[in-house]
Amino acid sequence: MSDNIIRLHYDIDADDFSSAGLASSGTKRMLNQLGFNPAIVKKVAISMYEAEINAVIHADGGCADVEITPEKIVVVISDKGPGIPDIEQAMQAGWSTATNEIREQGFGAGMGLPNMKRYTDDMKIETELGVGTKVTLIINVN
Amino acid sequence: MKVKDIIKILDAKLITGEENLELDIVSGCGADLMSDVMAYVKESVILLTGLTNTQVIRTAEMMDIQVICFVRGKCPNEDVINLAKERGITILTTKETLFISCGKLYSAGIVGRGVWNE
Ligand SMILES: Nc1ncnc2c1ncn2[C@@H]1O[C@H](COP(=O)(O)OP(=O)(O)OP(=O)(O)O)[C@@H](O)[C@H]1O
Ligand SMILES: [Mg+2]
Repeated sequence: MSDNIIRLHYDIDADDFSSAGLASSGTKRMLNQLGFNPAIVKKVAISMYEAEINAVIHADGGCADVEITPEKIVVVISDKGPGIPDIEQAMQAGWSTATNEIREQGFGAGMGLPNMKRYTDDMKIETELGVGTKVTLIINVN
Repeated sequence: MKVKDIIKILDAKLITGEENLELDIVSGCGADLMSDVMAYVKESVILLTGLTNTQVIRTAEMMDIQVICFVRGKCPNEDVINLAKERGITILTTKETLFISCGKLYSAGIVGRGVWNE
């Protein structure tokens, strides 16, 4: 693998729920092609997918930026949604504001943020009410 | 236990993914909420669920899950089946409920342990 930084950018569209996950799917395939360890790829894929789904169900979409280097993979998911009023509460396993409609689509267990925390080496949430949310996920390669 | 044995135990029907019939399955996971599925990474997993939308296939894709069994006689639509085909994921359907399906597979030796945590 060369020392070059690879950057990926995806728009996350919230209009069609069945297309949610395309950014994570594309990133996973790229990481596999680059020959990253499958366990590392899985950590990136799961945590990014959780963040991508959150942007779709809680914030009406957004975008994803991925930076791939031989040392680490950095995923940034940004949205212009309502923001998170209480991050500590949102991080608790089981806490969810998801509606029944979302739950019928298979989300709303309140496990997304805890899962992101578990599968990343570092995670940062920047959020402002009425402005949006930016979630940064960092997975070290070694 | 092979996928073809699971088909027998659950009296399931194969919808797509014949190429995985000889695949060895060691652990299982049953849930209708996808983040509950993603909380535990396991190896050689079958996912049992009553949810049949695209996100079930996406979740399986992220987790390298190769076999999904839909319970309560559910069958996904054509788009979902095609996405599974594209990703090499096998889909089964059984008339049993989620609880009974999990119980039958657990009794037959499928475990629920995660490999990374627990
Ligand atoms: N991007 C976001 N914008 C606004 N609110 C968010 C965002 N991400 C998370 N939240 C808030 O934090 C809560 C917890 O998020 P988390 O991902 O842990 O659970 P969930 O999305 O509700 O359910 P799950 O992820 O298990 O399907 C959400 O219910 C929502 O209120
Ligand atoms: Mg979530």
